Amino acid sequence: MTNQIVKMTVNGEKKEILAEPRELLIYVLREKLGLSGAHVGCETSHCGACTVEIDGKSVKSCTMFAVQAEGAKITTIEGLGTPDNLHVLQENFKEHHGLQCGYCTPGMITRAHRLLQENPNPTEEDVRFGISGNICRCTGYQNIVKSILSAAAELNAAKEAAQ
Amino acid sequence: MITAAFEYHRPSDLAGALSVLEEHGDDARVIAGGHSLIPMMKLRMAEVPHLIDLQDIAGLKGITIEGGMVTIGAMTTQHELINNEALLSATPIIHEAALQIADPQVRYMGTIGGNVANGDPANDMPGLMQCLNANFTLEGPDGTRSVKAREFYEAAYMTELEDGEILTQITFSAVNAGYAYEKQKRKIGDYATAACGVLITKDGDKVATASIAMTNLSDVPVLSEAAGAALVGTSCDAAAIKAAVAAALEDIDPTEDNRGPVEFKMHVAGIIISRAIARAWSRA
Repeated sequence: MTNQIVKMTVNGEKKEILAEPRELLIYVLREKLGLSGAHVGCETSHCGACTVEIDGKSVKSCTMFAVQAEGAKITTIEGLGTPDNLHVLQENFKEHHGLQCGYCTPGMITRAHRLLQENPNPTEEDVRFGISGNICRCTGYQNIVKSILSAAAELNAAKEAAQ
Repeated sequence: MITAAFEYHRPSDLAGALSVLEEHGDDARVIAGGHSLIPMMKLRMAEVPHLIDLQDIAGLKGITIEGGMVTIGAMTTQHELINNEALLSATPIIHEAALQIADPQVRYMGTIGGNVANGDPANDMPGLMQCLNANFTLEGPDGTRSVKAREFYEAAYMTELEDGEILTQITFSAVNAGYAYEKQKRKIGDYATAACGVLITKDGDKVATASIAMTNLSDVPVLSEAAGAALVGTSCDAAAIKAAVAAALEDIDPTEDNRGPVEFKMHVAGIIISRAIARAWSRA
C-alpha cells in the first residue's frame, strides 16, 4: 500500500510525515518524530504506557493508526515539561516517589494531566478511577496517587494566587 | 504488531461512506472508535483491505432528547455519553453502564455505535439496548430501516446488519424507572464475567413492569422476559427476586473460558442479577 502524507500538530509544532495507513500512531511518534517519551508496553490496549493526548482525549496510541490522527492536535510527555522546566505533575512524581522503574510514567503523567483538566479537584477515588487504564507494576499506585493529588493541590493554589 | 496492509478512506458524509462500502463489498469495513477492530486487525483475526473511517461524518454524532425520545448518533463516544447531563437525567442507566466499560482511554474513543454493531457478546451496550427496547437505524444503498435491539443479534458477531449497511443511530424512549447495571469483571478493562441491566417501574408498592437483560452469558445478549414476568405484580421481595433469578438463569447459556467454568458463571450471574434487581427496585 502506498504511503500517505499525515499532517498533525504535535506539542504545538506542525508536522508532516509520510506513513503507511497501517502504521500505528505510537510508532510514528517514536520512530518518525523522535518522540520516545510515550512507551510501547503491552501493545494490546491494556497497559496505557503509550497514552498521549489527542484533541482533549487521553488515547492509547498503540490502538490508533497515524492516519486517523490527520488534522489532530497531539500532546506527548515531551510537550508537558522539559528536564530544565518540569511540569508540576513531573515535579510531584519526583517529590513523592511516584515512580520506580519509570516505564509507565510518561503515560501515567499524560493521563493525569488530562484528568486534572477535566477534574481539578479530584478525590483519591477519582484519581484511582481516572488512572485505571494505566498499569504500574512497581509502585502499587500509592505514591502515584499521592503525586497526582499533590500536583492538583499545587495547581489549584497557583490558580488562586493568580486571581 | 503490524496489521495487514489496507487502504484508508475518510469520507466526509454518509453517502461517501456507503459508496466506498458498495464499491469494495466484503473487502471494506467501517471503523468507529477502533478499539475492538484495531486489536483484531493487529492479531490478524480481521483483515480489512479497505478501512472506512467515520470520524468526519458530523451527522453521526450527538445526543438529542425530544418529546421523551432519546436519539444517539452512532459515533457518540462512551465518554460523551457519561458526560451528557441531559442524558443522565433522561436515562441514567446509560451513565451507570458506560462507566463500567473498559477504562478511561478506551471510553474516550469507543463509540455506542461500534459497541452495538460489532456483535461481540461481551460488549455491554447490546444488553443494555435490549433492556431499554431501543431501535437501531441502519442505512444502506437501498435506504433506511429500523431494527429492534431485541431482534438484532443472531450469534456472536452475527447481526441483522447487512453488507453495505451502516448503523447510524440509536433511539429509545426516555425511561423514568428504577435502574441498575451491575457487572462483575476480574479487573478494569476486562469483559464481564456476568453483567445485567434492570429497569423497574412501580405501581403503588408493586412492580408494574420489569425489563431484565444480560451481557456475556450467551453468544448474544439475552433479554429474559420470564425473569421480568416473575417480578411483575410482586413487591419485589426476596422470594420474587429468587424466582426472577431462576427464570433468568434458564435463559442463558454461558461457555467456559478464562473467566471460569460454566458452573461458576451461573453462580456469578445469579448474584449479579439479584443485585441488579434489588438496586433497581430501591430506585423505582
